[in-house]
Amino acid sequence: MSDAAPAPPVPTDAEREELRRHGILLTSMEELYNWGRSHSVWPLQFGLACCAIEMIAASMARFDIARFGSEVFRPSPRQADLLIVSGTVTKKMAPAVVRLWNQMPEPKYCIAMGACAISGGPFKQGYNVLKGIDRFVPVDIYIPGCPPRPEALLHGLMQLQEKIRGQSISGPDAPRHLQAGTTCDYPVPQFGEHDLVPTKNPAVWQPPVLVRKEGA
Amino acid sequence: METAEQIRDRLLARFPGAPVAVVANPGPGAQHSLLLGASHAADLARFLRDDPGLRLDFCSNVTGVDWLDREIAEAAKPAAPDPAGAPAMEAGPKAARIQPGYLEVVYHLYSMALKHGPVVLRLRTGNRSDQVTVPSLTPVWRSCEFQEREVFDLFGVTFAGHPDLRRILMWDEFKDHPMRKDYSEPDDYEWEPTPHGEVLPKARRHYPAAPAATAAKEGPAP
Repeated sequence: MSDAAPAPPVPTDAEREELRRHGILLTSMEELYNWGRSHSVWPLQFGLACCAIEMIAASMARFDIARFGSEVFRPSPRQADLLIVSGTVTKKMAPAVVRLWNQMPEPKYCIAMGACAISGGPFKQGYNVLKGIDRFVPVDIYIPGCPPRPEALLHGLMQLQEKIRGQSISGPDAPRHLQAGTTCDYPVPQFGEHDLVPTKNPAVWQPPVLVRKEGA
Repeated sequence: METAEQIRDRLLARFPGAPVAVVANPGPGAQHSLLLGASHAADLARFLRDDPGLRLDFCSNVTGVDWLDREIAEAAKPAAPDPAGAPAMEAGPKAARIQPGYLEVVYHLYSMALKHGPVVLRLRTGNRSDQVTVPSLTPVWRSCEFQEREVFDLFGVTFAGHPDLRRILMWDEFKDHPMRKDYSEPDDYEWEPTPHGEVLPKARRHYPAAPAATAAKEGPAP
């Protein structure tokens, strides 16, 4: 195929800016798609603990999550794009959270909001608190804080929008549901006699290996 | 309000021979409590609720206490003090006696009508394993219902006569009683970035086994 026409040159950002000044918007399907997606991330109306109060504050007039297109808190997981795990996940609640996550349609994203959702937080050494929702659900954004301020949630949402805009329609950067061999169905833990069974989903989470000093 | 001793005497006058005792609290608060025997507990409780001088119409709190088996060292004391002043403590061998443990349920009662309280009731089980039944006081005070369920869940005390005795905090399939002192929690300490205190030995069990093996895999250090 040596006589094929060479690929048209990709316009640079400066050229596109020049065209935009003349009223011509040059974009790609992918960019348009991600632009639309990233500005209407609908969260699930779902709160677990005090972080939920900050999440509610973020949705009210003073902080106004509507500026980022995420004001539509959906009462059904079928209509939601974003699971904000806002608070302590007890082991009794964990199967319900995973079930809600499974019921959300792809593409879907998860924000672990606050110390408890990330690691168990101040309840980490308790017998009844899950030590991080990332043991069962793939988490996209971690927001530290106890609880995080609404600004922190807004920042986390903006980071998530960045992440969505960085995804492509095909290839290795594609969202999970566009890649072959991935599933939207995550195993729901069962109530065991002493703990959840299993205690974690190894496909989602493995304990990081720390290199420790001798005697540490 | 009447003291615990006065209440005990009135209970004994009303129910002769009923098992009631005062458990003294040696602390500065001196909040003595009434230990009720299981056989008459509901009758005694109903008396406390309906007596016009007490009117303890509100049970604000129910909780449990786990008392493990205690080993009591009894020094064999000499029958009479030795007049020669010889060291007496060396004489007899120490007899260790095991006092069996039990579970205790504590009720805090107040009177909304007469604005006094609290009166503290205690019920004790026979032991910690198979005789763990005490009479429920939910028929007397309705507010005991959830809190007795909580004691059932976390301590494993069975309440005879409770209308709906189920676990309330943990799931139904759960077998342990987490507030008992010999409860061993599930071992999920595989990821502790900064272990310290009592977490450190638990986290250490999950440390990678041999540092030499990882060093060999990564090659010699630069």
